Amino acid sequence: MSEATTKPSYAVPVFAALSAIGFAITIWLVFTYTPLAQDLFFNQKIFYYHVAHAFMMFAAVALCGVSSIAFLKFRKPKWDDIALASAEVAVALGAVVLITGSIWGKAAWDVWWTWEKRLTMSLLLWLTLVAYVIVRRFAGSSADRMAAGLAVFGTVALPFIYFMVDRSDRHPQAGVAAALEPKMKLVFWLSVATFLCWFLALVIARIQSARAERELRELRERGLDTGVLT
Amino acid sequence: MSLFRQAGRVAWKDLRIELRSREIVYTMAFFAALIVVVFSFAFPRDIRIVRGAAPGMLWVAIAFAGTIGLGRAFDRERENDTMRALLLAPIPRLAVFLGKAIAIAVLVLVVAAVGTPLLALFLGAPLFENPLPLVISLVLGAIGFASVGSVFAATLLKVRSRDVLLPVVLYPLLIPLFVAGTSATEALIAERVNLDAAWYWISFLGIYDAAFLVVSIWTFESLVIE
Amino acid sequence: MREPLSGVQITKVAKRYGSERALAGVTLELASRSMCALLGHNGAGKTTLLGILSTLVRPNDGKVIYRAGTAEVTGIAVRREIGMLAHASLCYGELTARENLELFAKLYELDPGRAAIDAVLDRVGLEPRARDRASRTYSRGMVQRLALARALLTAPSLLLLDEPFTGLDRGGALALGTELGKLRDGGAIVVVVTHDLEAIAGRTDHVAILRRGQLVFEERGSYDYERLKDVYHQHAN
Repeated sequence: MSEATTKPSYAVPVFAALSAIGFAITIWLVFTYTPLAQDLFFNQKIFYYHVAHAFMMFAAVALCGVSSIAFLKFRKPKWDDIALASAEVAVALGAVVLITGSIWGKAAWDVWWTWEKRLTMSLLLWLTLVAYVIVRRFAGSSADRMAAGLAVFGTVALPFIYFMVDRSDRHPQAGVAAALEPKMKLVFWLSVATFLCWFLALVIARIQSARAERELRELRERGLDTGVLT
Repeated sequence: MSLFRQAGRVAWKDLRIELRSREIVYTMAFFAALIVVVFSFAFPRDIRIVRGAAPGMLWVAIAFAGTIGLGRAFDRERENDTMRALLLAPIPRLAVFLGKAIAIAVLVLVVAAVGTPLLALFLGAPLFENPLPLVISLVLGAIGFASVGSVFAATLLKVRSRDVLLPVVLYPLLIPLFVAGTSATEALIAERVNLDAAWYWISFLGIYDAAFLVVSIWTFESLVIE
Repeated sequence: MREPLSGVQITKVAKRYGSERALAGVTLELASRSMCALLGHNGAGKTTLLGILSTLVRPNDGKVIYRAGTAEVTGIAVRREIGMLAHASLCYGELTARENLELFAKLYELDPGRAAIDAVLDRVGLEPRARDRASRTYSRGMVQRLALARALLTAPSLLLLDEPFTGLDRGGALALGTELGKLRDGGAIVVVVTHDLEAIAGRTDHVAILRRGQLVFEERGSYDYERLKDVYHQHAN
């Protein structure tokens, strides 16, 4: 049993504040400082958000995979808390990736959806994440085990999805991979840092809420055991 | 070697029960045939379209019928709680996994053996022009499906909503397998047969199977133990 | 090659199912030549504890040590010694009684010969006519006999029984109780989870009562029906 009182933690407010400041700065720089892209002009600006979110989604997936392995190995609830938190955050991040990707597709190729490599990969990965969340909700008492298994298998499936998509993609790689100008690069990495803070704030907050829920339950059980509660 | 002997016993037990009742084989095969018939009506029967669509039909039929058979095969272990008896037996739990997976793979291959000729018959799909790579891709597909499927069907055994959760969990993981299988078949029945592409996808299936067999073997015990 | 278990030490075992607490730090010692009655209301954690003892449930905390003499036994060697009798038969309905026992004899690396199997079936009193019929056609009582035969076949030294008396008539329940008594006298560790106090009265010599995942009462002694009823009502609620 973990100790019943959560130590006050400044991690969430600090990361949230950092991301808020970072967001204000990046959005300013994105519209005033970065040059217009050669072929997409103003539309390219979504890149700073789209790609940064995709990075964070992959980070969340990696975190979920690693903590799921640890949970299966040691069966300690703290690992499960981390896996659940990162999967839920990854679903939200993935939704942003898909929506911004779709907007980009409309601007670049004039279609709302295109089976472009990275977008396809993001979709397939996102589907696995949604399956993870569904299992958590509906698999009853074995949900944690099931979901951990899905996360481990999903991580192994990633390279296969990559090679599969890589081989079957016939889409032109217009503009996406074009080399970034130094100014663009700077703002892009600033944006990544901003969303990294945002991601950390979300994941840590979610972990803390899961932990608090568990401690509340344990306290209640202790109260019932000693007869203080009925 | 006792591992494989014990796995063989578990698999043979499943197949013997199935030979006696024939329930899973008949329902799976009939269901696969139904899917093929439905597809034959739902899609144009123009040979150019068939060349593009038949591979998808074949693998979708295998996926759907396979899921039904998988669920039923593990339901049998639930009825008298015999899964517990298998896991309690003094044999490596790996042998239980391998035994179940072998039996499932055989059932899936039976479905493929029914679905493939029917597709060729109803739609005139030239599926048998390169039989060897086709058979290899189907065998590899069945192995991959059975391996991933057995792990999750066994884990879901006691979950109330297992029938809906099984495909929800399996299909995202099996998408690479089905895409590879479909692409291999497509390359084989295209107007200009592309053997190189077919073998690329077959080796893709082989590596997929190897990787997921390893993960299944590695996680099976920790997943089925509550 | 076999090492019959002589004792099981359960130390601070805790188990959660998601948010549900099933066991909260149970410590219990089981000895051979003894029958432990594990009592408690539904949801008290009895089945979970039995699951942990059978190695099919992994505790989140605490440990279970199986001993044969002074040596610790783990893994397959433990499973070899476990016999399980539950409400479900653990036998395949499509197979006959003989085929079921043959299968398990092979999985346990025992003699699957006709004579050996018939001997066990004689012992539990499954009539010879029924032995080559698919076991799904059996009556409840016959199924229970087959399940008992399956458990006896392997001569287990740790017998785990989860509500073994449910569905049996009075005669059947008492006969099963007698059989369990014999096993205990033969040196086995018997653990029985049940609501049927009458069937175990006079046979059990160790009572453990669980309430909401905690061990609230444990005592060794001799118990008749009245005494069992008394301690049960005093501690289970």
